Order: sequence, then C-alpha cells, then structure tokens
Amino acid sequence: MSIIENHKTDGKPFCDSAKLSARDVCVHYGEKQAIFDVSLDIGKNEVIALIGPSGCGKSTFLRCLNRMNDTIDICKVTGEIVLDGGNIYDPKVDVVPLRATVGMVFQKPNPFPKTIYDNVAYGPRIHGLATSRVDLDEIVEKSLQRAGLWAEVKDRLHSPGTGLSGGQQQRLCIARTIAVDPEVILMDEPCSALDPIATAKIEELIDELREKYTIAIVTHSMQQAARVSQRTAYFHLGQLIEVNSTDKVFTTPEHQLTEAYITGRFG
Amino acid sequence: MDMNFNQHISGQFNADLEAIRNHMMSMGGLVERQVANAVAAICSGDTHLADDVIRREDDVDKAEVTIDNECTQILVRRQPAASDLRMVLAVSRVVRDLERMGDEASKIAIHTLEVTDSKNPQLCQQAMRYMGEEVVKMISGALDAFARHDVEGAIEVVRNDKLVDKQYASALRELITYMMEDPRSIGQAINILWILRAIERIGDHARNISEQVIYLVSGTDVRHSTLTEIEKTARD
Ligand SMILES: Nc1ncnc2c1ncn2[C@@H]1O[C@H](COP(=O)(O)OP(=O)(O)O)[C@@H](O)[C@H]1O
Ligand SMILES: [Mg+2]
Repeated sequence: MSIIENHKTDGKPFCDSAKLSARDVCVHYGEKQAIFDVSLDIGKNEVIALIGPSGCGKSTFLRCLNRMNDTIDICKVTGEIVLDGGNIYDPKVDVVPLRATVGMVFQKPNPFPKTIYDNVAYGPRIHGLATSRVDLDEIVEKSLQRAGLWAEVKDRLHSPGTGLSGGQQQRLCIARTIAVDPEVILMDEPCSALDPIATAKIEELIDELREKYTIAIVTHSMQQAARVSQRTAYFHLGQLIEVNSTDKVFTTPEHQLTEAYITGRFG
Repeated sequence: MDMNFNQHISGQFNADLEAIRNHMMSMGGLVERQVANAVAAICSGDTHLADDVIRREDDVDKAEVTIDNECTQILVRRQPAASDLRMVLAVSRVVRDLERMGDEASKIAIHTLEVTDSKNPQLCQQAMRYMGEEVVKMISGALDAFARHDVEGAIEVVRNDKLVDKQYASALRELITYMMEDPRSIGQAINILWILRAIERIGDHARNISEQVIYLVSGTDVRHSTLTEIEKTARD
C-alpha cells in the first residue's frame, strides 16, 4: 500500500466548537515524512480517538498537539495548530505552560521515584499554582479524587508511587496531569500495559473527565475507541483517512480503508 | 489498491461469517418450500401436503435457534464492526422473520385441514392462489437480494408487498359479500380469512427481509419507512 495522491479526509474532520485545530500539518523525521497534510478539529469536551495500524503516525500527530516533538532533534513540524485561537507553534509560545495546558499521559505509567503526594504536588509546585501547604494539600486531594484514586491512597500518601499497581500508577499519572489544571489531555495508549479491570477503571475515568477536559486518545484497541470516544479519526500511513462520529465509524465507515481496518482485514 | 479486503486476518472469522450466511440461506430455502407447499395444499386441497408442512415446522424453529446462537457467538468472540456487524445483525433479524413465515405456513396448513373437511365450495380461490404464488416469489426475491447485496431487488419485493396488501383488502371485501348473502358461509369464510391473513403476513415478513438487505448494504435502517422513503434512501 502507498500514500493516496490528492487525498481529502472523508467524513467530518471539522467541528463548530473546536478547542484545538490542526491545519495542513506535516511532520518529517529527517528525510522521512511521517504525517501528510492533516487537518482536524478537536471539539471542546469531547473524547476523540485516534486509531490506525501501528506506525501510521498516531503518536507523532498526538505529540504535535503539545509540541512534545520539539524534544526530537530530527523532527520537523509544519502547518498550524491552534489552541483557543492562538497558534501553539508561534515562536513566542513558552512550551512549559503549554504542556501544562495540554497535558499528556503515556503508554507505560511513569510515576516519579517519589511519594504519591509528591508525584501529584510536583507540577503545581514548579508552576507556582499553590501559595501554601494547605493549597497544595487541596490540589493533591482534588486531583487524586478526579483521577478516581483518592479512596485507595488517602492513607498512604507518603509511600512511594512506584509501589502502586499498574492501574493505580496510571491513575496517579492522570492525577499528576490534572494537578496543573490542564484544558486538554492527550493519552497515548494509556491502557496498553494494564489488565482488563484496570482498563475498565481508566475508561470510566475518561468518560468522567470529559465534563471538564478535552481528550484525545490514541488506542490500538478498536473496542476501546468505540467505548470511550464520541469521534474517531482513522490514520493510515501518515494520512488522515476519515473522521466521523464514533457510531458512524463503527457501523458505516465511509472509506474502504477504515472499513478494512476496523473489520480486521488488515492491521 | 493492492490488497484483498475480502478476507479477514483471522481465517476462522471468515469461516464463521460465511457459515451464518449459508445457514440463513438454507433456512430460507426451507421456509420458501414450506410456504409454497402450504399454498399448494390449500389450493389443491392436498391434506397430505398440509400434514407434511405441519410436521416440518419444527425444523424451521430449530434452524432459527441454531443460527441466532451462531450470531451471538460471533458478537461475543469477534466484536464485529461495520459491514461485518451489519451482516450479523441482519442475519439475526432475517432468521426471526423466516421463523415467523414458517409459523404462518403451518397455520395455513392447519386451516387447510379444516377447510377441506367442510362441504361448501372454497371461497376466494383466485385471490388465494394469486397472493400465495406472489409471496413465494417475494421470499426467493428477498433472499436473492440478500445474497447479491442487491438493493434494487430488495425494493422490488417491497413494491410487490404493496400489491399483495391491495389483493388482501379486495379479497376481504369479497368475503364480506359472501357472508352477507349467505350466513351459512360465515364459518367457511372465517377460515379463508385466516388463510388470506397468513399469506398477507408472509408478504410483510418478506418485506422485512428486504429492509435488512438495504441495512446490510447501506447501513440505513428503513424499518417503518414508506416505499417512497425507501426508494429515496436507495438513490442517495
Ligand atoms: N523518533 C523518531 N525518529 C524517527 N522516526 C520516527 C520516530 N518516531 C516515529 N518515527 C516514525 O514515524 C512513523 C510514525 O510513527 P508513530 O507516530 O510512532 O506511529 P504510531 O503511533 O501510529 O504507531 C513511523 O514510520 C515511525 O518509524
Ligand atoms: Mg504510537
């Protein structure tokens, strides 16, 4: 299979209440192009799932949305990504607060080698979000509450975060992301290292978080995409093939590549 | 595109989907035969044939349960999506309609036994034969359309269902005139009425199958739509 010439994304890549808008985004790693002219809106308070075969550029695209790709020397991003009206690739933008506003949760839970409390308090401390210990306590408790972890850890806030189970560690990482008061949360295969029960808890959490945040989730599980998202975007060899409501994608996809992928005809 | 999208990565999944489709088709063949035999029995007064229809109803019921169970297994094991999901849902709905047609065929057969017992001449012979032959054609038309993913063929069945409905209404009027002229014919007329009603219902079920063909092909649910709406869906 090869890149489709003059491809235009099928379905509805744009929406009225966009929180983030990508326009004509291309990404190169050195000579090699990984993303081809992707234009996509991510709506306020929606969960959008990014799906597609491995290596199709889901993570690369996700990492454009908070400029995580800046950390890779050979990676070049062109095009425009607008967050609430401002281009995040404007040279004047400071990436540290940007990455607080657009937080990221990774595939493998990566708690710092610190206590549970300090894992959550770390971000608010460096961003100066708390003026007193009482403030900080409150942020830590609220974040752990929202991440659905408070009840399980409130009696051992000062034991190491790495001592938690995999699923708890992932919720701790979500709490850490929430603690710096983000507006958008990016998740790159957040459940791929978790068992089904821990996965179900994270999925339920994602649904609750949608009330306050805008969420983009990369997942290799089609069932997960179908369960947690309102819109689904299908990537193929770096091109955005189709974006539609999740219901539509999983019952009557428009593009034959989407159909072939979600029905398990390749992957 | 240099890939074959007809096949799943999982060969077993291909085989499972193939199986429910084939089993549904052979159940369809069985039901078509049941209806054709029931109609032939009533038109010719062949009580042996009617007996046979009643005896075979059980096979139709068993087929429905088996196929529906196969559909459930696919849903549980494969979580099918898109056209695969529509195939499983459509098959599961179609077998329910087929089973109901089987019931109607055996009702016709039971009435055959009663009607042929009576000494009066049969009423509405013409309408019965015409409607009966028409719905048998509709069943095979709907199943063919399913097998070929043929929306036009499916719509043709919906059109024919409207004709059968009209025939049914006019046969009812005819029966009423008999009953008014000769109250002794009322018992016989009511039996005939049940038979006509069963044939008309079979037509409705064939129409339902056709609606599933449209769902299968286009993803649009046209149940409870008018013919005009269905034709419009097919054009879009
Ligand atoms: N750091 C990197 N350096 C060079 N190439 C990369 C790097 N990260 C990803 N790629 C390439 O970019 C393409 C898209 O990768 P990625 O975004 O990780 O895909 P996905 O998340 O969909 O599996 C792949 O061909 C991959 O090899
Ligand atoms: Mg990835």
